[in-house]
Amino acid sequence: MPDASPLLEVRALGKRYAAPVLIDVDFEVRRGEVHALVGENGAGKSTLSRIIAGLTLPDAGSMTFEGAPHAPRTKREAERSGVRLVMQELNLIGNLTVAENIFLDELPHRWGWIRYRALHDRARAVLDPLGLGALHPGRRVSALGIGQQQMIEIAAGLSQRCSLLILDEPTAALMDAEIEHLFAQIKRLKAAGTSILYISHRLEEIQRISDRVSVLRDGQMIASRPTREISLDEIVRLMVGRELEQLGERRPAAPGPVALRVAGLSRKPVVKDVSFEVRRGEILGFAGLMGSGRTETMRAVFGADPPDAGEIYVGGATQPARLRSPKEAIAQGLALLTEDRKGQGLLLPWSIRANLSLLCLPEISGLGGWIRRAAEHDQAGRWARALGVRCHSLEQRVAELSGGNQQKVVIAKWLARNCDVLIFDEPTRGIDVGARRDIYRLITDLADQGKAIILVSSDLRELLALCDRIAVMSAGRIAATFDRGSWSQDQIMTAALSGYLGGNASASASETTVADAS
Amino acid sequence: MKPSDPPTPSSSRAAEWRQVLAEYLGLTVALAILMAVFSLSAQHFFSAITLRTIANQIPSALLVATAMTFVLVIGEIDLSVGSVLALSGAVMGVAMAQWHWPLWASLIAALATGLVCGAFNGLVSIRWRLPSFIVTLGMLEMARGGAHAVTRSQTQYIGSAVGAIADTDILGFSLPFLVAVIIVVVGQLVLSRTVFGRHMVAVGTNQEAVRLSGIDPRPVKLAVFLITGMLVALAAAIDTSRFQSANPNAGLGFELQAIAAVVIGGTSLMGGRGSVVSTFLGVLIIAVLNSGLASVGAKDEMKRLVTGLVIVAAVIVDHYRHRLTKARTV
Repeated sequence: MPDASPLLEVRALGKRYAAPVLIDVDFEVRRGEVHALVGENGAGKSTLSRIIAGLTLPDAGSMTFEGAPHAPRTKREAERSGVRLVMQELNLIGNLTVAENIFLDELPHRWGWIRYRALHDRARAVLDPLGLGALHPGRRVSALGIGQQQMIEIAAGLSQRCSLLILDEPTAALMDAEIEHLFAQIKRLKAAGTSILYISHRLEEIQRISDRVSVLRDGQMIASRPTREISLDEIVRLMVGRELEQLGERRPAAPGPVALRVAGLSRKPVVKDVSFEVRRGEILGFAGLMGSGRTETMRAVFGADPPDAGEIYVGGATQPARLRSPKEAIAQGLALLTEDRKGQGLLLPWSIRANLSLLCLPEISGLGGWIRRAAEHDQAGRWARALGVRCHSLEQRVAELSGGNQQKVVIAKWLARNCDVLIFDEPTRGIDVGARRDIYRLITDLADQGKAIILVSSDLRELLALCDRIAVMSAGRIAATFDRGSWSQDQIMTAALSGYLGGNASASASETTVADAS
Repeated sequence: MKPSDPPTPSSSRAAEWRQVLAEYLGLTVALAILMAVFSLSAQHFFSAITLRTIANQIPSALLVATAMTFVLVIGEIDLSVGSVLALSGAVMGVAMAQWHWPLWASLIAALATGLVCGAFNGLVSIRWRLPSFIVTLGMLEMARGGAHAVTRSQTQYIGSAVGAIADTDILGFSLPFLVAVIIVVVGQLVLSRTVFGRHMVAVGTNQEAVRLSGIDPRPVKLAVFLITGMLVALAAAIDTSRFQSANPNAGLGFELQAIAAVVIGGTSLMGGRGSVVSTFLGVLIIAVLNSGLASVGAKDEMKRLVTGLVIVAAVIVDHYRHRLTKARTV
């Protein structure tokens, strides 16, 4: 039986970046328990685990670990006191071997020469229990598949003695057999008295292995309960919450002709047989969990990463369009406003003027490509005014603008090119509440003007408020599509989780369940 | 939300002039100080003869540095310019001295050689997505080898037939000097005022953002390497005419001198920021430094030491200047 006194106690923890990420979080992990942490994308799970593991500093609150104050400033400090974190992203060095990666901090050596035999013996002792006995410790990590790399990451976490092991989405890239090995190890560690904080979207796994569940929502700790006293439905309900911020309900638009139709689109490894269509004047939302393939789908449609299979029809065309590069997609009237605004949407050191004119330089230039500056300035001024970009001058660098104003510049840049289908990928990420409303208004105005809008968002409330239809992606497929008025948050969340329940067969099964429920 | 009015063109024009001033003031002042120091310490430095000498020496350096500015602006590098200069000159020299081609035909042969080398650099690095550092390093060896093969490692003495280019004077300036200045001016206008120039800066700033904006970065890169090959060949023709001979060892270490001049001018090695006029000032600073140090009797080792220090100091100054002003690049 787990000891009742808590191993880790978190009191009134707070953290904010642009917006608060964690608010007044109270939380405890008991000795020898497997404690599951769940929540929607952006609920604060990863931030909380990073604070406990010393990767991020909190703004407020305190922690105690094994009875002593716990305020690690670095990962190493946390590890010294017995907390280890296995992160979602892989942190392996591809050019080193399996064994070297596992023991990177403490390679056995004599006068600087690595003792490979000892190293490999120790690596085998860690790999064997994870079912990786067949894997030679001297193999280079870059030659392994993503699942095996994830297992090695976990093996590195397990190799050190610790009293609290945090696993952040450990099974995201694993096959069933690998998951079984992982669960066996979790049970062994638990029996040896180690506590495990287990973060996952896969509620089924949580029911199987966890003793208690804590639910984070919008940075607040909503509930901590013993797993056997709570049902899957209840967890989903707690994750989603009830309060809906009123953004003003969208009036259902009269749908125009089909602007874009996608049939059987696939791109390895993430996008699997995706089909949908969007009409002029319509806002089609894409919901789903992180890594469900939404961004990858949109990049494939846009030709940024050309698809392996599938057809794309633009406008009323009966022949599929050839979209093998963004250039071709733009020529067909498509626009992609990427989720990485700063890295891919804008040229940060450039002025607002130059960013706005980049896509339509030919129209404002004369002989020999000579840019007519007055025309460029007028054009930029017109679009900046139309979208209400707040700035001192058009010559201001976009790097100096707020997130909301940067996003307006991105939108203006594409509108200046006069595209018909606008794909927004997380348009309000990192944007404060006031500016969000501006962006929402812009998006609905664009739809009212007859543009076809695709809106990818991890913020469900945003989708519910803005969209005419919502497609839910799960594990690379469209699990369900809902019309306005026939959806609920619970149904969408269930559909988003469906692809991760058990094997692949259940994806289609859950689709029918969702359809029945609606 | 109240849309802010965009400022009137006149106020932005004033701001633009301020930026132009801020851009070139530092380099001009540095150049003026250098010339003042040398004219005080060496009596004969500030004479018409010295200035003419400098004006005659720098045209080929200016052409190569202008090309290098373009290359650095798009975030690439070209290490082969010195060798390509030698190869183009060698082709021109052999054509005239051994095959007895006329000047115009030999000039075209030199330009074609430069273009072929530039095309190789551009196409190979684009097709196999190789760093231009490596591809042009390969070209550095190949073109040098080619120059020795074409000339059988013998300097080609051509004689006065080739002197026509360097010996033509217009208004007291040599033809090569005028050509180089025209190319600097045109280069600056292309970079700052045309669609192609805007695309160059864009590619050097953020290639992925540019690609997602529907601009294919590959033709821009290829064009820059082609222009480089041609300007380097033109520089080779000018040098061949000035020396009335073609030496297969010409242009040794030229690539580093060109990069030094460009960097002194404040062009970023990371791409996305640069100015041909600043490069021009950078070339002048190095030339004045060289002849100035010679006129005060400094030995070669001292010249190199001082030049090296100036390069490092210029980059440090530029680092702070750029951080302080956070100047927009376009």
